[in-house]
Amino acid sequence: MKAYIRSTASISAQNTFGDTGFLTDVVEYQSTRLKAIEPDYKEYVDPKLIRRMSHVIKMGVAAAKECLNKAGITMPDAIITGTAFGIMEDTVTFLTRIVEMQEEMLPPTSFIQSTHNTVAAQIALMLQCHNYNNTFVHKGISFESALLDALMLINEGEGENILVGGIDEMIDASFKVLTRLGLYKRRPVSNLALFREQSKGTIGGEGASFFVLSKQPNAHTMAGLCGIKTFYDENTQLDVSDQITALLDEHGLTVKDLGLLITGKNGAPQNDAPYERLKTGLFSGVPAVNYKHLSGEYSTASGFALWVAANIISQKTVPVVLQERADMIDPPKKILIYNHYQNKYHSLMLVSAC
Amino acid sequence: MSTKVYIAGLGVISAIGNNVAEHLAAFKNEQAGMGEITHFQSIHKGVLPVAEVKQTNQELAAKTGMPADASRTTLLSLVAAREALDDAAIPDLSTLRTGFVSANSVGGMDKSEDFFVEFLADNNKGKLKNIFDHECGSMTETVAAQLGLTGFMTTVSTACSSSANAIFFAARLIKNGLLDVVVAGGTDALTKFTLNGFNTLMILDKNFCKPFDQNREGLNLGEGAGYVVLVSDRVADTLQKELYAELSGYCNANDAYHQTASSPDGTGSYMAMQGALKKAGLQPRDISYINLHGTGTANNDSAEGTAIKRLFQEPYPPMSSTKSFTGHTLGASGGIEAVFSALAAKHGLIYPNLRFQTQMEELPFTPETSFREDQDTHHVMSNSFGFGGNCTSLIFSKIAR
Repeated sequence: MKAYIRSTASISAQNTFGDTGFLTDVVEYQSTRLKAIEPDYKEYVDPKLIRRMSHVIKMGVAAAKECLNKAGITMPDAIITGTAFGIMEDTVTFLTRIVEMQEEMLPPTSFIQSTHNTVAAQIALMLQCHNYNNTFVHKGISFESALLDALMLINEGEGENILVGGIDEMIDASFKVLTRLGLYKRRPVSNLALFREQSKGTIGGEGASFFVLSKQPNAHTMAGLCGIKTFYDENTQLDVSDQITALLDEHGLTVKDLGLLITGKNGAPQNDAPYERLKTGLFSGVPAVNYKHLSGEYSTASGFALWVAANIISQKTVPVVLQERADMIDPPKKILIYNHYQNKYHSLMLVSAC
Repeated sequence: MSTKVYIAGLGVISAIGNNVAEHLAAFKNEQAGMGEITHFQSIHKGVLPVAEVKQTNQELAAKTGMPADASRTTLLSLVAAREALDDAAIPDLSTLRTGFVSANSVGGMDKSEDFFVEFLADNNKGKLKNIFDHECGSMTETVAAQLGLTGFMTTVSTACSSSANAIFFAARLIKNGLLDVVVAGGTDALTKFTLNGFNTLMILDKNFCKPFDQNREGLNLGEGAGYVVLVSDRVADTLQKELYAELSGYCNANDAYHQTASSPDGTGSYMAMQGALKKAGLQPRDISYINLHGTGTANNDSAEGTAIKRLFQEPYPPMSSTKSFTGHTLGASGGIEAVFSALAAKHGLIYPNLRFQTQMEELPFTPETSFREDQDTHHVMSNSFGFGGNCTSLIFSKIAR
């Protein structure tokens, strides 16, 4: 199964959206939480609709619209999203009102918008798109599940151009809860110095990354998405070398054919150890870069990683800000993205020049 | 890509029964599952009827071997998914590529609600264990681990069509050659969140719901879980037991009309049913029974009925809404009704639409009102439509092997 990435658009904590260079204007934060840089939504969404949309819906719909614009596609054959937490702001608003108003006289809007498929639905509504529409909500592989669905549709001959996105928002309540659960660092850090920190935890993030995947390449194709694999293992000490070798083998490749490894390092020592083991083991001859110091950690941050990979291939450059040490890295022809979520969910995405 | 996908096992729990056999008995006895709220506190208790599973969390926990403080959504899921897998009785399962694709609409909201009361008063309070399973993926993970189906898992959430989409996606995983056996369906427990949510929309009937009746006044919420075991052609050939049905058609379309309301002519429903027929290589006249989405709201039944009127012709196939028994189980409904539809195809059953009295003015047909056996149910259609315009139709065909 293969598809071509025809366009991408990402709203993130960095200047990634609209007319910007590829990570040429990097934002440094002193924080444990990176908030997305929000565009002027009026350029993408009907202002009458914007007023009712909560944060994640706006991010998702705007990124989707920009992605379609870039691809020159007005009507995708399918709209598929992945989101672990869904519409958190509306969910918490409605929960708050249930408690505060003791179940009486509740306004419906936040409930109506709280279903996890709201972003995909609002995109369909905006485009008047009656085609296949699905939403995956499985923790750290929500986005990858959406991608797999798209690849299968293309393989089945059910679509030529498919819109796929990964979206998650971080609101105050979820940041507080996840902090109490020990996910984040206790003191503000510089995101650009994240991998020099030795303290526990990572930094939170949010964002929306969309892609148009096409059955056929054209002059604007950015990269090929050649393979995707997700797997789960309760053994948090799992060595994924075998799974990586198996995926590469399926594509007639070995590690030597890879020009770059993109890791899901997030600054938490426990999280980063498996990546370090791979870098000194199976991938000892392959340059490796990171992205979560730019996006922050969230369940669909792998969407940001795919945005990075597609841009590296199409722009033939590996921005220095992705690197731990400022080495010269030759523009790669083939990239493997390896991400894991809490050492249980693992995902591999193989991206190549066309 | 030409592999057929068969249904080898079924499992279901809802207000009318804790397993498949109890459901068949309830249908035969025309025994609806609605009643007063008993499992949680709400000001709507005694006012709004709901269709609760007739077991407490403690009873479900004892039955499943899970801790009693697990989300009810997880407990319901495990009961039904385990019944389905046991029913399929696939030998040497560990040598096959297996997966679990589940769906739900609000994850562990029953526990999140408890957490939230204390958290709202003080952000440093609230028992963290109660928020741990907030994510929809959490119940899928727990149940997959319990069943030993962690080879592939994911979770779908498209509101009330969630588990129909999970089944459809699972079938495609098999057809694309990625897996051999997938347990697929969905689960949802009743929560204050959804009860109050639907109440704000003013679409909850204060009496037992009357789907497809001219004087219908809304839906009753229910809870439960329903799963099917999907197997590839190759696995089906190795099984000793009789299979239930072939999943011959499926289609997902979007109404693209409104976040919650259906378009007056049922555009999305029409396209989903039409697409499923096309996928199965069938004509409308080939359908022997439609298990309706049939929530009992003015809007859904009018849109769905209009779409059926446009797509089908006289003589219209028999149809009914089993939500008149189970209530609307939201993210579980597509899975629960897939179980009913597979049983209908296999055993020649047509279920009654309870409490129907008056034909809808805009429709030239009425739903079935009595339980019928020994029918020629060659092809059974199951409709599931949800918020966000998500419309999915599945077709279950009698097996001619």
